[in-house]
Amino acid sequence: MSEFLQLLFEGLSLGATYALVALGFVVIYRASGVINFAQGAMLLLGAYLISWLAVDVGVPFGLAVLAAMAALGAFGAGFHRIALRRVVGQPTFVLVMITIGAGIAVTAGVSAIFGDNQRLLGDPWGSSAFHVGSITITWVKLSGIVVAAAGVAVYFAFDRYTRWGLAMRATAADEEATLSAGVPVRRVHALTWALAGGLATLGGLFLAGFPNAPSPTLGDAALRAFPAVVLGGLSSSVGAVVGGVLIGVVEVMTSGYAPSWLGTNFYAVAPYVAMIAILLVRPYGLLGVKPAERL
Amino acid sequence: MSDSLLCVRDLTLRFGAVTAFAGVSFDVAPGELFAVIGPNGAGKSSLFNALSRVYEPCDGTVTFEGRDFLRLAPRQLAGIGIARSFQNLGVFPALTVLENVMVGRHHLMRAGALRGGLGLARGEERRHRVAALEALEYVGIGPMAGAAVQTLPYGLQKRVELARCLAMEPRVMLLDEPVAGMDATERAEIADLVARVHRERELTVLLVEHDMGMVMSVAERILVLDFGVPIAIGTPAAIQRDGRVIRAYLGEELEAVA
Repeated sequence: MSEFLQLLFEGLSLGATYALVALGFVVIYRASGVINFAQGAMLLLGAYLISWLAVDVGVPFGLAVLAAMAALGAFGAGFHRIALRRVVGQPTFVLVMITIGAGIAVTAGVSAIFGDNQRLLGDPWGSSAFHVGSITITWVKLSGIVVAAAGVAVYFAFDRYTRWGLAMRATAADEEATLSAGVPVRRVHALTWALAGGLATLGGLFLAGFPNAPSPTLGDAALRAFPAVVLGGLSSSVGAVVGGVLIGVVEVMTSGYAPSWLGTNFYAVAPYVAMIAILLVRPYGLLGVKPAERL
Repeated sequence: MSDSLLCVRDLTLRFGAVTAFAGVSFDVAPGELFAVIGPNGAGKSSLFNALSRVYEPCDGTVTFEGRDFLRLAPRQLAGIGIARSFQNLGVFPALTVLENVMVGRHHLMRAGALRGGLGLARGEERRHRVAALEALEYVGIGPMAGAAVQTLPYGLQKRVELARCLAMEPRVMLLDEPVAGMDATERAEIADLVARVHRERELTVLLVEHDMGMVMSVAERILVLDFGVPIAIGTPAAIQRDGRVIRAYLGEELEAVA
């Protein structure tokens, strides 16, 4: 039982970070139909920025996180403006390819600047932990759950109660009608990229926490969060959060319970197995809706 | 006509070898309810799309208050006071009625995403919510403010769209076949609403419509298109007597019989 609870805690923590990354995918996809394959590179860049600010520059950690989120927000909006706005009208596929290329370039750039070795994150939690019964609760994982929950709550409040959140939802439903109603749709798209940058940075922060550390392979986590998005339904924010948590728990549980004949790294495949299983039953994801075709 | 609000001259639109409309000229005076009619395929929708900056005309000029209208981007139209409705409904089905209308207030609000996100734009949002509710009351769907638009019947969804147009505080409304796909009762209600908006809000309305009954009951002046060519322009009474219009709608044979 205690092993189960231990794995559940760790799964929830991992799932919370996946939820942030998955939300980053959804916020862009919903507004423009683009799957941002640079999401992994963005969370990598965010984590390295935090590490650089906190460790090398000596900025207080909380401030470093906020600054990195703002920087990645600016990066996302800037990337949209420079690289994507020019290809408006091209098939979505073209935009997706651009995000793949940008992801590779950013990842290579981070490696070139910071080297391939692991870095210190500079966080105040380190490996410190406390125990509840026989369960070990690391502060960084607990913080990950709390901060991710807060981040998700802020995102949903923004989406539901502000005029820019409303503009995002309207753009998702009907871009032409939104434009004719006087909403600057291009600015809405830039905003979704900025939000994805901020969400990716928060996700990167906790993915790089103990026992991990900022390293160039950190961005691969986005590929593991991707099943969460598909599973939740590509255009559903709630689905991204539910899917993210589910995938995190599945991944950690599999690493703990999978029989040895499945191999030692089966946990990395488990999210995809779960995704395929769910898609067989619900082709548009847990909370996705079948897109209506206008005839 | 120097006192006209919208001035269209020799407007022509072709798609390759196909001419959607050619040589269309008319003026719309401030506060006028001007309608464009014509049989199916006459080029009404193409003309509407050219005037809402969706299609780029090949030739001709359009001026709005003396400005070159054809150099404006679609996103600038709301800012100069032009609101449009869509033939197949331009509503956001999953959003509530009030949210749909609030989208129309977006361009009148000032707070940026950051201030809004920090909850510092509450006062502004509240003011605009009042204006949006007022627009809903005006079109007669105030009590449905909280309902998801997709749960409403088509006629009421059209009212949501019209309320959003009104909430934009426009000076000109471009309406693309607002009664298409409606039954007789709904058509009469929407026609009433359009006439009331025009009269009470002193709005200029450019109506493109297939339905003769609606146009004859509300329009002050009418332009008739047939196969992309303007064949008549005038008051409803004059249009009803025009031989070319009757031929276009009823065909040549009938006249031969008569």
